[in-house]
Amino acid sequence: MKTYLPARFIVERDEARCIGCQVCVNQCTFETHYYDAGDDGVHSREENCVGCHRCVLFCPTRALTIRRTPLEYRENYNWRPEVIEDIIRQSETGGMLLTGMGDDKPHRIYWDHLLLNASQVTNPSIDPLREPMELVTYLGRKPDKVELGPGSFDLKTEMAPQVELQVPVMFAAMSYGAVSLNVHESLARAAAEAGTLWNTGEGGLHTKLYKYGNNTIVQVASGRFGVHPQYLDAGRVVEIKIGQGAKPGIGGHLPGEKVSAEVALTRMIPHGTDALSPAPQHDIYSIEDLAQLIYALKEATDYTKPVAVKIAAVHNSAAIASGMVRAGADIIVLDGLRGSTGAAPKIIRDNVGIPIELALASVDTRLRQEGIRNQASIVVSGGIRNAGDVAKAIALGADAVYIGTAALVALGCRVCQQCHTGKCTWGICTTDLALTKRLNPEIGAQRLVNLLRGWSLELKDILGGMGVNALESLRGNRLQLRGIGLSDTELEILGVRMAGS
Amino acid sequence: MRDLAQFCNPYKDDKAIDACSLFGMMDTSGRRFSGKDIIKAIANMHVRSNGLGGGFAVYGLYPEYAPYYALHLMYMSPGARVEVENYLKDRFKLVQAEEVPTQPTPGITNPPLIWRYFLEVIPDRTGGKAEDDYVVEKVMEINTTVQDAFVFSSGKNMAVFKGVGYPENLARYFCLEQYEGYLWTAHGRFPTNTPGWWGGAHPFNILDWTVVHNGEISSYGINRRYLEQFGYICTMQTDTEVVAYGVDLVVRRHGLPVEIMAAIFASPFWSDIERRPEKEQKLFRTLRQVYGSLLLNGPFTVIIAHNGEMIGLTDRIRLRPLTVGSKGDMSYLSSEESAIRLVCPDLERAWTPMGGEPVVCRLKTAVESPVAAKKTRVSLP
Repeated sequence: MKTYLPARFIVERDEARCIGCQVCVNQCTFETHYYDAGDDGVHSREENCVGCHRCVLFCPTRALTIRRTPLEYRENYNWRPEVIEDIIRQSETGGMLLTGMGDDKPHRIYWDHLLLNASQVTNPSIDPLREPMELVTYLGRKPDKVELGPGSFDLKTEMAPQVELQVPVMFAAMSYGAVSLNVHESLARAAAEAGTLWNTGEGGLHTKLYKYGNNTIVQVASGRFGVHPQYLDAGRVVEIKIGQGAKPGIGGHLPGEKVSAEVALTRMIPHGTDALSPAPQHDIYSIEDLAQLIYALKEATDYTKPVAVKIAAVHNSAAIASGMVRAGADIIVLDGLRGSTGAAPKIIRDNVGIPIELALASVDTRLRQEGIRNQASIVVSGGIRNAGDVAKAIALGADAVYIGTAALVALGCRVCQQCHTGKCTWGICTTDLALTKRLNPEIGAQRLVNLLRGWSLELKDILGGMGVNALESLRGNRLQLRGIGLSDTELEILGVRMAGS
Repeated sequence: MRDLAQFCNPYKDDKAIDACSLFGMMDTSGRRFSGKDIIKAIANMHVRSNGLGGGFAVYGLYPEYAPYYALHLMYMSPGARVEVENYLKDRFKLVQAEEVPTQPTPGITNPPLIWRYFLEVIPDRTGGKAEDDYVVEKVMEINTTVQDAFVFSSGKNMAVFKGVGYPENLARYFCLEQYEGYLWTAHGRFPTNTPGWWGGAHPFNILDWTVVHNGEISSYGINRRYLEQFGYICTMQTDTEVVAYGVDLVVRRHGLPVEIMAAIFASPFWSDIERRPEKEQKLFRTLRQVYGSLLLNGPFTVIIAHNGEMIGLTDRIRLRPLTVGSKGDMSYLSSEESAIRLVCPDLERAWTPMGGEPVVCRLKTAVESPVAAKKTRVSLP
């Protein structure tokens, strides 16, 4: 069937610069570039180009330019090009449309409508170059109060397990199989060096990475891939995954082609078989079932590790989160509408769930109203882009954030949304060994550590500007936020006042 | 419900902002002395306030009524007094009621009517509550429901005198030279965003706890949200209120010693904690983990007092001043050393404590806490 889909990009090759070295041909996994022995020239199949920039960055003579195809449809706000092309694609394939990464639609990004405060005159700002500035964060259940022995400084209170973070930014769950082992190793090494945590995702933990266990969150998801006693023992935190922001209510599907021998071994499934994660956990059909799994995992790990529960941000997150805390979750993870994925039905990714800012604000408010905010830490994810977003998330009430996309961008990802194809030219979201070696874990770890260092410095500047020197003085301090361009209802849900008021 | 914020914070800012002069003096032997010196000392720091608020707290003030709660009220209308007195008679045994003596003083304009009541809690009226909790509840109820009345002092054997004006003028207005106590604190206020009203002046009081405060707590937003979880309603929208409720939560309700309270309000840095012996590390780490939301961050100096004890504390990097002086049984806390030397020229010691290091002055007759002498913060090299 002839496709009616237009090419999305134009590949311009400056013939005066091209030396015919075929780097582009070798780098492109989408077969956009090819060598024609007939005319001894390199040419393009532009319809294949996904805009990943791999060829542009690796062309030794900078001969390549990628531009958007200037294809003008007649103006129609309802029948936009994307809408039309999705219909064309489905009429040619008869399937669900799959995509990768997070929601790319222009839903309001509340971070961009929140502004931070700074001190002037009546309270001084603090110079982070001269004064200590503390970002240390402890995740885990906290008691209502501290008790001492009678007439002494002897601590009577026994704390539930706490996990220390040097920077309140962790690496989000991305499973081995969805991403490569080199990505996992980059994340693990960076987490260990930066004093934070990375998350295995639902695909188990490769034995090579057990040595980073103290900085690892081991995930238990509906497929239970790679979950066994040593795996649980290896991690610092155990996370139960109920849902994911990119596809709330939907299971996962790792195609058999990506289940390599190593992936099969780690996931404990046969080589080359599809790895299907059911939509719900089949032993969790209610809150009391969740409580059973939480305590089963606490028993299995001898109450030495906090147990986190991750849900997608949905309409009644506040009530769900309250139930999760009462069911024994030590950490609540909320993944918002813009949370990413290795593969999801496009219709789900772009239409289900709510922005993380609103979910975070309502969950934090609800847990405080119920007087149980101290019983669980709140971690949020889904579209955190920079230290400004981190600071705003903390001010809204988060204890820490997860970054997934931002971490992958540090490793080379250009957010071209082809994760589900397994052809990632940057060697990130693939298990093709020829591609995965494009990412050197040592360099990858360095890039991630640099990113976290940069964000830490920025967070310290933000704190100092506000006149506080510890992150806990910003946490939940919504007076340090003002909204701009928001309705009264939005301001009320966020619990912030309008800029200028 | 009456919105006290409309007096304290008429422009609905995030909170009332002010800066100030502080002075505290205590005779640890328990000897009572007149207000003459503290008036002189606080007047010496006149330029640190702007005439929009001042006040004093006096302990050991009413030995003849020591067992009774001494409620001090300001009335903005005569009708309010009738209403409050009926309210009090229904809920307490009224031992004594009198108008607080005042004298016309230049600079003190438009004062409210001020009365004091000595009250005994009737055991079967409390509904099983502890006496202190019962009194707190009634004070909050009057302050939030009765128009034109405000309880500004509610402890035993102590009182607060405060209002709008410079502190030395208020002292004259309240005839404070004629009172005697073993512990006095004083405050001169420089509010920047409120016109000042009599109830909003310092010291801030609940039961026998008083707080005088200089600073602006940048962490106010989260401190307040944290306290709200424990049922404290911050009606006045001032930092001082947050300090007072924080003290009440930590010391009275959670039963922790004042040294621990200081380590919560002005906690050591993580790097300092790591240098401690293991047992202390665990204690301080736990305190920060549990009470991190009560860390008072940003510039402050406070003098917190209650019967038998006066505590001076600054924020952990000491962004506001505090000087300590001592001579014999006398201990002094002040924003400026000059004010101490004015009333005690032959001080034996004067020093500036480290940021976050509490200075605790206790009555010698009080049972010594086993941890009293122990500093809770190492001095930085």
